Amino acid sequence: MANDAQARREPADVLHFAGLTLRQWRWLWLALGLATAAALPWTVSNFTVFQFTQVLVYAIAILGLNLLTGFNGQFSLGHSAFYAIGAYTAAILMFHLKVPYFWTLPLAGVICLFAGFLFGLPALRLEGLYLALATFALAVATPQLLKYKAVEHWTGGVQGLTLKKPSPPFDLPLSKDQWLYYFTLLVGLLLFWCAWNLVHSRTGRAIQAIRDNPIAARTMGINTAMYKSWTFGVSAFYTGVAGALGAIIIQFVAPDSFTFFLAVLFLVGSVVGGIVSIPGAIFGGIFVTFIPNISEELATQIPGVAEEAAKGLTWTVYGLFLILIIYVAPAGLAGLLRMLLPRFVRR
Amino acid sequence: MDLFIQQVLAGLANGAIYAGVALAVVMIYQAIDHFNFAQGEMAMFSTYIAWAMLNGGLPYWLAFVATVVVSFLGGLALERIVFKPIQNAPALSHVIVFIGLLAIFNSMAGFIWEFTIKPFPSPFPSAPLFGNTLIGTHQVGMIGVTLIMLALIWVFFRYTDTGLAMRAAAANPDSARLVGVRVGWMLALGWGLAAAIGAVAGMLIAPVVFLEPNMMAGILLYGFAGAIVGGANSPAGAVLGGFLVGVIENLLGTFVPWIGNELKLSVALVLIIVVLVVRPSGLMGQRVVSRV
Repeated sequence: MANDAQARREPADVLHFAGLTLRQWRWLWLALGLATAAALPWTVSNFTVFQFTQVLVYAIAILGLNLLTGFNGQFSLGHSAFYAIGAYTAAILMFHLKVPYFWTLPLAGVICLFAGFLFGLPALRLEGLYLALATFALAVATPQLLKYKAVEHWTGGVQGLTLKKPSPPFDLPLSKDQWLYYFTLLVGLLLFWCAWNLVHSRTGRAIQAIRDNPIAARTMGINTAMYKSWTFGVSAFYTGVAGALGAIIIQFVAPDSFTFFLAVLFLVGSVVGGIVSIPGAIFGGIFVTFIPNISEELATQIPGVAEEAAKGLTWTVYGLFLILIIYVAPAGLAGLLRMLLPRFVRR
Repeated sequence: MDLFIQQVLAGLANGAIYAGVALAVVMIYQAIDHFNFAQGEMAMFSTYIAWAMLNGGLPYWLAFVATVVVSFLGGLALERIVFKPIQNAPALSHVIVFIGLLAIFNSMAGFIWEFTIKPFPSPFPSAPLFGNTLIGTHQVGMIGVTLIMLALIWVFFRYTDTGLAMRAAAANPDSARLVGVRVGWMLALGWGLAAAIGAVAGMLIAPVVFLEPNMMAGILLYGFAGAIVGGANSPAGAVLGGFLVGVIENLLGTFVPWIGNELKLSVALVLIIVVLVVRPSGLMGQRVVSRV
């Protein structure tokens, strides 16, 4: 019972809004969100289902970035590289070794975990900006590395690799797009649940303590070097799994899909959703997936704008949002909610 | 041997551009302790402005000067409008705004001038200089213009009151403010100068790599590598670093078969990481010791 008494002291149990405690609201939202997510593929067209699968994939990648940048305070402008490693791992396993698609996810994740850990080791010596610079270099160099002649047999060079679209197992009455959506949703739920537990554990507190005050954290006996490197690894794991899922749902990988602008896309999603937030990653995924459609739509409304040029405007919209968010809500959408909430709750 | 000399000279020519970009990066880094990730796209945008002026019928050197002036004013305005409100924000906010600017400049250039690759004229004659076969006239011109620009900047910082005030504002903003230096405007001036230097680098490299919205991505990386190799807080070091990176890149590309043209960007990546890990202050930079 002592545990219960302790838990009751948390603000989420004490504060009320419209008769329910915040904890109850949280569960309500979660249930609503899950119900919507489960019902979605039956109410929209196959293409929209595909787009929502894309949302989930981006959300997982953005979650990886949030864990690193938001919770641990290490910058990365190079997560497109880990996404690429994950995507290529999955593609090579499926294309050359005929490995079933679901097995490629753990492998891609583990490879990225170690790639991230190894990149995180020298990165330990790089504070803030220098880390941003090193990861920027990684992102810019990635497409060239993927085109490298010596590995062309495996990677398919500039052409990339084309994969087969997986069918639903056990003769489930689902279309391929619907199955891929549910598959991604399942993986995503698992990963989000793990991230939630990680952040709310002893390890998670250590990770955040390093962000807030590295010296104090070290004084408390936290091995900052190990924690930072492994956080880099875990972050790369998430982004790598997202990359593998991305390859599976698009059935195609090519070097020029993994440019620096992909890393910027993750950053946009992360910043818009809220960089120190786990559910924020989902907002971020929705934002980066659907903004191109909306901005193109708007741009073509302007008289005299060609379709080609309208496509280019997407990045201007992203850029404006990045700057705007930093001005008005540096903690993103999640932070905005967190800030507005106290005005409406009471004890 | 001829090939070696040829490649060193070609490396120096590219290095001149990297030195220009590196210098622009260091100008801003010294003033606000941040790397300007939008530096490359700013230079690219300036080059497009030059292209538009040339297309409008302006003679080359008039367009050149006009672009430098416009870029200077643009840089000044950017600092005043975009960065002043967030001058005390954490480093992450700055990085994010830089990336935002990068995305905006990149896509606006494509939006206004389309994404097709455009040739950009060189102001120098195409006939080889003094009939030599080692280096093209445009390459000599690139090195020459960069060196003249560097000399001007050196004179500006060394012999003018404004230059002195800018150095003071960068070295110790609080004390500088106490003796009457308008630190905010000195920052803006630094931004303006960096934008102008970037514009010159962009206009010089455009005839070599052709004009397109993504032309500066790789060059900015080399510029960063130059700044890091030379020392991020030393303008002279940045210039030296830029030239060095140009030569190293060309020699490795030519004489190490498995690097070739394909892995040149990775050379910059490795250079940056190795220098940052082994000697973070670079060749000529000062170690920064912070009190905790």
